[in-house]
Amino acid sequence: MLATLAFWAFSGVAIASAFMVVIARNPVRSVLFLILAFFSAAGLFVLLGAEFLAMLLIVVYVGAVAVLFLFVVMMLDIDFAELKQGFLSYLPLGGAFALVLAALLAMTVATWQASDQAQSLRAAAMPDGMSNIEALGTVIYDQYVYFFQAAGLVLLVAMIGAIVLTLRHKDGVKRQSVTAQVGRDRKEAIEMLDIKPGQGIGE
Amino acid sequence: MTADMLSQDLSLLIPELLLAGGAMALLMLGVFMKGEGANKLVQWLAVVLLAGAGLASLFLVTGEGQAFDGGFIFDGLARFSKVAIGVVAAIALLLAMPYLKAEKLGKIEYSVLMTLAVTGMFMMVSANDLISMYMGIELQSLSLYVLAAFNRDSLRASEAGLKYFVLGALSSGLLLYGSSLVYGFAGATGFNEIAIAVQSGPSVGLTFGLVFVICGLAFKVSAAPFHMWTPDVYEGAPTPVTAFFATAPKMAAIVLLARVLIEPFGGMVEQWRDVIWIVAVLSMGIGAFGALTQTNIKRLMAYSSISNMGYALVAIASASQTGLWALLVYMILYMIGVIGSFGAILSMRTREGMVEQISDLAGIAQRNPGLGWSITALMFSIGGLPFMVGFFGKFFVVFAAVQEGMLILAVLAVLFSVVGAAYYLRVVKTVWFDEGEVEFVPAAVSVYWVTRLAGLATVLLLPVIGWLVFRAYSVGLATL
Repeated sequence: MLATLAFWAFSGVAIASAFMVVIARNPVRSVLFLILAFFSAAGLFVLLGAEFLAMLLIVVYVGAVAVLFLFVVMMLDIDFAELKQGFLSYLPLGGAFALVLAALLAMTVATWQASDQAQSLRAAAMPDGMSNIEALGTVIYDQYVYFFQAAGLVLLVAMIGAIVLTLRHKDGVKRQSVTAQVGRDRKEAIEMLDIKPGQGIGE
Repeated sequence: MTADMLSQDLSLLIPELLLAGGAMALLMLGVFMKGEGANKLVQWLAVVLLAGAGLASLFLVTGEGQAFDGGFIFDGLARFSKVAIGVVAAIALLLAMPYLKAEKLGKIEYSVLMTLAVTGMFMMVSANDLISMYMGIELQSLSLYVLAAFNRDSLRASEAGLKYFVLGALSSGLLLYGSSLVYGFAGATGFNEIAIAVQSGPSVGLTFGLVFVICGLAFKVSAAPFHMWTPDVYEGAPTPVTAFFATAPKMAAIVLLARVLIEPFGGMVEQWRDVIWIVAVLSMGIGAFGALTQTNIKRLMAYSSISNMGYALVAIASASQTGLWALLVYMILYMIGVIGSFGAILSMRTREGMVEQISDLAGIAQRNPGLGWSITALMFSIGGLPFMVGFFGKFFVVFAAVQEGMLILAVLAVLFSVVGAAYYLRVVKTVWFDEGEVEFVPAAVSVYWVTRLAGLATVLLLPVIGWLVFRAYSVGLATL
């Protein structure tokens, strides 16, 4: 009973705050609502018995990603109000489409019917008598190692892409060269000049 | 998983391992070597790597079967597609080399990103799980987004990259949403498990999920209601990137679509056939009519690829063994025609730079008969005009549709092919009969040979295709 109540509370808050992320005028508020959405999702994970994922969601997404967003939003001088100007003019048509889609989805959910063995198959992924972390480890690094490595490659592509598209080598930048510094000897460092009295070194 | 099982699984993965390891090695090589020489070396190594990975799947992978708990499959379909994708990607990189040098875009990342994109395509054609399908698609698409915007100082290329990225993200969202519905129904993401779950009878939720998955994949093959990005991206991206876009990723995506529809969802053929039917007709129609008014040859190729994907979907809609054969033969012939045509487009360089209007080709056959003949043969072949190989590709597809009793679809395919012939013939007419004095500088060696050989192939492959069609025809007649 309590779990059902908690489920509805968490999912309701998650959907409402996700909506607020999109419509909030102030971008900082958008990010704060995003954090709220993450928290509610973490609550849903706890209800599912995935405590580790819940903690991970809070540590990684709230702790790192959302805070980074907050920094970016505050540092960048972007007029979000101007960016959102088209929003209202598209609202009637877009809203109508969204409503139709939502109605269709509601019909699907109302007549939802999983296959006979779905429940047992879904449970089979979670080994009995293991802690969350252990179970995740056995799945990710063993059964799903192929997917895991593929995800690594996707991240590599993202990194290469960011470098290719944004990095510009500047000419004329002086860089420290330790070997050159250490390898300097008396001959290049010192020049002997023979200066006559009262003449100075000129130039 | 024991070491034995792992090595057994990895033996099926040799081409992917080669590509992924090779891409990282090339990246390191490019980071530590400097100068124009490094770029050239990396490009040539990447060509060898791409073609090598294609051939590795032909010769080095001896077994067939599934790996990683059914997440990966290596079968005849995967083998065939990997050879084709590897070889055509190597040719696309060969075409790109002189262009990149001339436009001062020679950075080692081009070859590395292409190699990683091909890794993604190999994963796509070998996907046997919703997760590996998505991973392959993302790896491929993410590399392609960057390649589209590779010329970052050009406004149009950046726009193309951004447009492709935003719409690609949307399609990935559709795909994932559909996948979640399918998972909700089947309780597993593996294609084997889904196929069993589908046997227990269709449900509204499952059909909904399948339609979303089809939408996501149709975007990747640029089939009709999801084609809007194609002309802009094809026009804006650097030409050799467009040549790559139009060939290997299309092959990977269409093979993946065929596998998804026929293997896990084979039991639901009645549900998805209508969807594919509509998508195919729209693609053929929009491709044929949209191309009629184009003046830019890259946009023309974009519409041509939309309509050609429509024909490929006709083959999938027939959902038979003949249909699958028709699909593979059609895609190979399409890729030969397209890679050759892009070779011709890359030859359109004047002293001032690249030109890409169809009118710039006016009368080129008089001044450069070799190029003129090649363009003629290639255009006839892509357009499916008799009697180049492309005609038999289309014939095979229509035959597969007729065999399954889809007469209306077959008639529409032939009608749209007649409409489409108009704009291919317009290019040929411009090449031979119009007056023009645009003078092209001599094409680079690789571009020259790719254009000529692809042009020749449209004629020389005729006996092979004729034999294939005859075989399929007699087998098909036996089953009628």
